[in-house]
Amino acid sequence: MTTPFNPADLLAILPELVLLGATCAILLIDLFLKPGQRDITHWLSIAALAMTAYFVWRGAPDLRQATTAFNGMFLHDGISVVLKQFVLLMSGLGLLYGRNYMRERKLLIGEFYLLILFATLGMMLLVSAGSLISAYLGLELLALSSYALVALNRDSAISAEAAIKYFVLGALASGLLLYGMSMVYGATGTLELARISASIGQVEHPGWLAFGLVFIVAGIAFKLGAAPFHMWLPDVYQGAPTSVTVFIGSAPKLAAFGLAYRLLEGGLGGLSGHWTLMLAILSVFSLAIGNLFAIAQSNLKRMLAYSTISHVGFLLLGFVGAMPAGYSAAMFYAISYSLTAAVAFGMIALLARTGFECEEIEDFKGLNQRSPWYAGIMAIAMFSLAGVPPLFGFFAKLLVLKAAIDAGFLWLAIVAIVFAIIGIYYYLRVVKVMYFDTAGDATELPLPADLPMRWVISLNGLALIVLGFAWGPLFDWCNRAFGI
Amino acid sequence: MAHWPLLSILIWLPIIGAVVVLLLGRDPRVARWLSVLVALATLAASIPLYLGYDAVAGGMQLTESHVWIEALKVNYALGVDGISVALIVLTTFTSVLVIIGSWGPIDKRVSQYMAAMLALEGMLIGVFAATDALLFYVFFEAMLIPMFIIIGIWGGPRRVYATLKFFIYTFLGSIFMLIGLIYLHMKTGEFSLQAFAQAGLGTKEQAWLFFAFLIAFAIKVPMWPVHTWLPDAHVEAPTGGSVILAAIMLKVGGYGFIRFSLPITPDASQEYAWVVIAMSLIAVVYIGYVALVQDDMKKLIAYSSIAHMAFVTLGIFITLALVRVHGNTDAARLGMQGAMVQMISHGFVSGAMFSCIGVLYDRLHSRMIRDYGGVMNVMPWYGAFFVLFAMANCGLPGTSGFVGEFMVILAAFQDNFWIAAVAAFTLIIGAAYTLWLVKRVIFGEVTNPKVAKFKDLDAREWIVLGSFAAAVLVVGVYPKPLTDLMDSSVLQIVNALMLSKA
Repeated sequence: MTTPFNPADLLAILPELVLLGATCAILLIDLFLKPGQRDITHWLSIAALAMTAYFVWRGAPDLRQATTAFNGMFLHDGISVVLKQFVLLMSGLGLLYGRNYMRERKLLIGEFYLLILFATLGMMLLVSAGSLISAYLGLELLALSSYALVALNRDSAISAEAAIKYFVLGALASGLLLYGMSMVYGATGTLELARISASIGQVEHPGWLAFGLVFIVAGIAFKLGAAPFHMWLPDVYQGAPTSVTVFIGSAPKLAAFGLAYRLLEGGLGGLSGHWTLMLAILSVFSLAIGNLFAIAQSNLKRMLAYSTISHVGFLLLGFVGAMPAGYSAAMFYAISYSLTAAVAFGMIALLARTGFECEEIEDFKGLNQRSPWYAGIMAIAMFSLAGVPPLFGFFAKLLVLKAAIDAGFLWLAIVAIVFAIIGIYYYLRVVKVMYFDTAGDATELPLPADLPMRWVISLNGLALIVLGFAWGPLFDWCNRAFGI
Repeated sequence: MAHWPLLSILIWLPIIGAVVVLLLGRDPRVARWLSVLVALATLAASIPLYLGYDAVAGGMQLTESHVWIEALKVNYALGVDGISVALIVLTTFTSVLVIIGSWGPIDKRVSQYMAAMLALEGMLIGVFAATDALLFYVFFEAMLIPMFIIIGIWGGPRRVYATLKFFIYTFLGSIFMLIGLIYLHMKTGEFSLQAFAQAGLGTKEQAWLFFAFLIAFAIKVPMWPVHTWLPDAHVEAPTGGSVILAAIMLKVGGYGFIRFSLPITPDASQEYAWVVIAMSLIAVVYIGYVALVQDDMKKLIAYSSIAHMAFVTLGIFITLALVRVHGNTDAARLGMQGAMVQMISHGFVSGAMFSCIGVLYDRLHSRMIRDYGGVMNVMPWYGAFFVLFAMANCGLPGTSGFVGEFMVILAAFQDNFWIAAVAAFTLIIGAAYTLWLVKRVIFGEVTNPKVAKFKDLDAREWIVLGSFAAAVLVVGVYPKPLTDLMDSSVLQIVNALMLSKA
């Protein structure tokens, strides 16, 4: 039933083509730039992301409309549009928050930008994946770029260690995923997610499918960072240069949500009876391990890594019902989390300077005396992560809890809030350090003057308050994307 | 004036004022004046609220409703009945005094302190005015943030421990309520309190919801045995924080019971009323004894607050038996009315007591009773105020403390003699710990040479204590305006209790 190449398909992937073209152009331009002119690469990359976002927006007059291209390999629907927009936004924030940090460490090389752009391209492909092959290709483009990004600071032993861990465990996860995919392919005879979904009822060997499903869930859990497949996350977050952590801590969460949705609901929706319980268990593990281990951390990046694991547990609450309303809540959660995490990691990058990483929680001591404004922004991020109203994070939690309760998983919702209460302690500790402790001498340094970053991170922080009041439109988008 | 969104103004004026103070308040003097102006403007705005509210008609008035989130049918819905009006006026009144009272003692990061106080005021008004459960919850939780900061930055030596305990304890309580609210949303499809009250719920559902609400509000009140955060928070909080905490934040718990527990889960409330009543009576007696042995003045008043707030919960839950078992609506009305008067009165009295202790603390930087003695000799005016508030704390007739407790005990008599007898025990034990405090701090010889050098009240302290004293006496001598204000609302709540939902 495959149709030959249809030029109209190119229109569907126009944003990806634009990004690819722009990235290749930047790659060439960067070769001819002197190190002092890296700002050109910086702004060109941001322009490329903005241009791509414009084309994504132009190509989506209605979020409810869904089309496919390349024989179903590529899906163009509301979900992909919303996710792409936020992936592009988060990547742009990652670039803005990273510049000063990388420049002070003499790491501001063209590869930083190119790898982030390629990773972004991978994420865009991933969230539009209509077949197992395109999902895998997108995922690997993202993963390979991320491994290299983590290793960018090649003189640092801890970075190298983190990159190796990331690479080995990431490769293992890809292997699991691929193995599961091959099982599914064997059982259904097709790689296209829509056809897999259609043929689930009448496969000859349902056991192969279930077997494949387990591996696919494990692979997805690896990529999301859900416990007990979370081991790489704290080391990678801590070991990577902070500006890379800003990036891999935010945008890829959206992509991982897209991966989970495409494979589990798009392809294996018929097996939801099996995977909802698996995800519920993963969720409990993530909530428990994430929140309990975060308490013991003294390194802020590591603490936020464990906090990520707990947030993945919350995100999975949206999946347990296998209902559009739940997916919509989970997508909302992913967006909310990545916007908030960007502030938290970005603040570490903002306060760090040559010879001082500012990544220990203690380094934030007395920030309120030195800089009440940024202490306030960081406090907003912490309260939002903790899920205290009226901040954005609370409403995301509300929606996933509601999704879980509506799906009949009341016990899971109660487990989640019990761990949320435990979790609140370590977020409050950051606020406590900033507001209640007095600053030491080492931290009495002026803030670096990267004006665009200061402005953007302030807006990003204030957005968490504004979205706490005006989350209706965003929630509407998510709902419309899922056809609610 | 009628078309003005008065409630929104009351909520957002102090919150926006807080932002302005934060931005413009580099100079402490500017921050102080600006925050007083904002607080006075809010107080002024609460006068048309009092005048515009039609007490005879009762019900929710001055309502505002705007769609907030279409998809979930969440509304930005506000409205007040007589009880809310009384509590909002209490809030705006106390906030002015707290801000004036903090002029002297708070000398570091003044703008942040004032901004936190103003934001807290706005959120408290929001809690009392919200008629949408999610909006209520948002304000209910959001007010933890400024209080957390107030105790943590300007508090005493163990402030970090106290403020973390305060935050986590209250957060723990309320988050179970959130699950209950989501469950109710699933049942009714919206978040309005009225829809929740009309939803038919089985006995088992009601029981679960009742306990979810009970945890939230019992911690807030706080009731024995979940009161342990309060003494710590009070002792470590700066004076202004203690006053707001005791005078208003505790009332949120009592208010929650009448807005959530009674209308939404009336049958479960009746079934488990004995739990609340038992907890209240234990608080009256046991916490009274605990207060007796304190050697820290603030802790003593904190425990006394718990014992007094037990009258609020007792008055609220005694009505269920009175209405449903005895069919005695008059007594039920009396009990509920008494609980509400007790809330307002305790707001004035505890606020005044903590302000009094603040006055001494500013002079000696000690809260220990043994460091004082004979204060009357050097500070006669202060002594007079202190004795007045102490009398109100014991429930002496003629002060506001008497009215509420008397009404609750009277109502309790109609239900069960022994409940009334145990509750009346407070008159003895309350007098014991309060008067003993007065004896040790105010009377006697001056033993501490530092006390001998104390100056009497300055003008600022005069304004604060004088205003509290006026409020205590007015409510004590002539409580009729207050009871009239709340009467029809109380009647509506009591009447609603007669209908079973199961």
